[in-house]
Amino acid sequence: MDFQLSKEQAMAQKMFQEFAQNEVKPLAQEVDEQERFPEETVKKMAKLGMMGIYFPKELGGAGGDVLTYAMAVEELSKVCGTTGVIVSAHTSLCCAPIFENGTPEQKQKYLPDLLSGKKIGAFGLTEPGAGTDAQGQQTTAVDAGDHWVLNGSKIFITNAGYADVFIIIAITGTTTDKKGRTKKEISAFIVERDFPGFSVGKHELKMGIRGSSTCELIMQDCIVPKENLLGAKGKGFVIAMKTLDGGRIGIASQALGIAQGAIDETVAYVKERKQFGRSIAQFQNTQFELAEMQARTDAARLLVYRAAVHKQAVQDGKTKEPYSVDAAMAKLIAARTASDVTRRCLQLFGGYGYTRDYPIERMMRDAKITEIYEGTSEVQMMVISGAMLK
Amino acid sequence: MKAIVCVKQVPDTSGKVAVNENGTLDRASMATIINPDDLNAVEAALVLKEQTGCEVDVVTMGPPPAEGMLRELLARGCDKGYLISAREFGGSDTYATSQIIAAGLNKIGLEADDIVFCGRQAIDGDTAQVGPQIAEKLHLPQVTYAADIQKNGNTLTVKRMLEDGYMMIEVQTPCLITCISELNQPRYMSVNEIFGCYDKPVEVLDYNALKDDPLIDATTIGLSGSPTNILTSFTPPQKGVGMMLEGADAATAEKLAGMLAAKHII
Repeated sequence: MDFQLSKEQAMAQKMFQEFAQNEVKPLAQEVDEQERFPEETVKKMAKLGMMGIYFPKELGGAGGDVLTYAMAVEELSKVCGTTGVIVSAHTSLCCAPIFENGTPEQKQKYLPDLLSGKKIGAFGLTEPGAGTDAQGQQTTAVDAGDHWVLNGSKIFITNAGYADVFIIIAITGTTTDKKGRTKKEISAFIVERDFPGFSVGKHELKMGIRGSSTCELIMQDCIVPKENLLGAKGKGFVIAMKTLDGGRIGIASQALGIAQGAIDETVAYVKERKQFGRSIAQFQNTQFELAEMQARTDAARLLVYRAAVHKQAVQDGKTKEPYSVDAAMAKLIAARTASDVTRRCLQLFGGYGYTRDYPIERMMRDAKITEIYEGTSEVQMMVISGAMLK
Repeated sequence: MKAIVCVKQVPDTSGKVAVNENGTLDRASMATIINPDDLNAVEAALVLKEQTGCEVDVVTMGPPPAEGMLRELLARGCDKGYLISAREFGGSDTYATSQIIAAGLNKIGLEADDIVFCGRQAIDGDTAQVGPQIAEKLHLPQVTYAADIQKNGNTLTVKRMLEDGYMMIEVQTPCLITCISELNQPRYMSVNEIFGCYDKPVEVLDYNALKDDPLIDATTIGLSGSPTNILTSFTPPQKGVGMMLEGADAATAEKLAGMLAAKHII
């Protein structure tokens, strides 16, 4: 077991840190308060290869690896949870399923623009009645000869307001399982923003990650070309679940970054803040709180990095062992750590932490979503225990 | 056509400064960064590369770990690195250093349309001497303190910033330009270039590679060839916290006069 980053990974980490501190941190409060999608940051990240980190250069990617991607999301999220999830959703939920399931033609058509960040990607699975129960899809896709016709709506879609390409999950018919029961046949599609009948609906106002564009998608007799079916017909649910396995590494990285970012802010604060004639860093309560929070965050980091390295091994063909459980563990622990750590950091800040003069209240609000989206913590426990008890 | 950039790895002065017993900097125990002005020189060369498609080479003199800095510059888009490194070169002052780097540039080979870029000065020595001395030793025209560079064929028009104004200077290639921070905003490394920067060439120019150059002579390189002698180095004591008095009225002036009088300053 080797815990050393490669020279390239260490160099990339340094670059992400510099970029986050200089370009992302100064905008974080404004992005949150104005609920503004940081388009200018996305353009800068695109130029630096941050929108396609772990994909091959031949397809327009940066030629890096999954761990480098995880570190990018981590470093961005240390200073701005919104910017972290923009990269995560784009990469894991749109670029990855096309890369992993697309035909050569689909990859050639969509990946160069997505991986170079010229276009932004999103993923539509969740519906008003299909959250954790992802099988409860209502959106339909009907084969109309030379094209598909999609009808239905999706909600809580990250990046939706600014995305050009969407992976949409829809019902294409019914099938009978081995026990003779009728089941929905679910398929995946690549849908472009300007396809006829496609529109972006209500923009959600949220508690945290407020600069992230979370909207409803509406498909009303939406015309999708035949060749835009992603993967085989009927494989949509499997594609969606595998996509979320990868997505969880991104969200776990976001949670990890939020936790570490909160600790970093708190360490600086407790050295400055004086009560009873000395800095509060000199009180043992502060010291023990910081120590435990850092140990828990490092534990989360090891789980996140392990999941990232595992996904890379699968991508490189070095193992066939699925990384679902590793990703679920990483997200479960990192998300809970983020919520716990940001709450405790705010407590160390006291009244000042509750004001918007400091970033800690924003970090606490941003942390909560990591326990909910791309599978709640309860779903992660279902995945982990399911593998233990099978 | 090539743009050749001379860069230096310097101690990170935002961290702890350590000094050896003989007065020189204890570089091994200090964190290092790329000299900030040199990043402006690199950026100028990379802009030229975008405009003309020229090759950008980066040259540094330093111990073997300085290769890491060269790799970071390759990860910004530079094409080739040269590390001038040998025990014989150690302890060189600016005179000896420019002698050695000039020999290195001779080895790389300067052509009629090449441009050498340097940062104005390094944050460790703050001399601003090495760039101009390299130009003198290679008999290149030089323009220092460049805040703007426009290229038209083999003619460069350079805005040279001075304390109380600026000069517009035309210069023909091959030439040497020293760059200041106002010239540009250095770019970040990019992920695309990071994954690939170890596949780019970095050539080590050691004593044997340069010893036949007429500039290289035991009396002109290394500690013994350096006319500079450091008598002592020290970290200056930190100044005390200043005090601000608000107000432009007579009462504040009296208060200030009283404080200065109490300290027997007036």
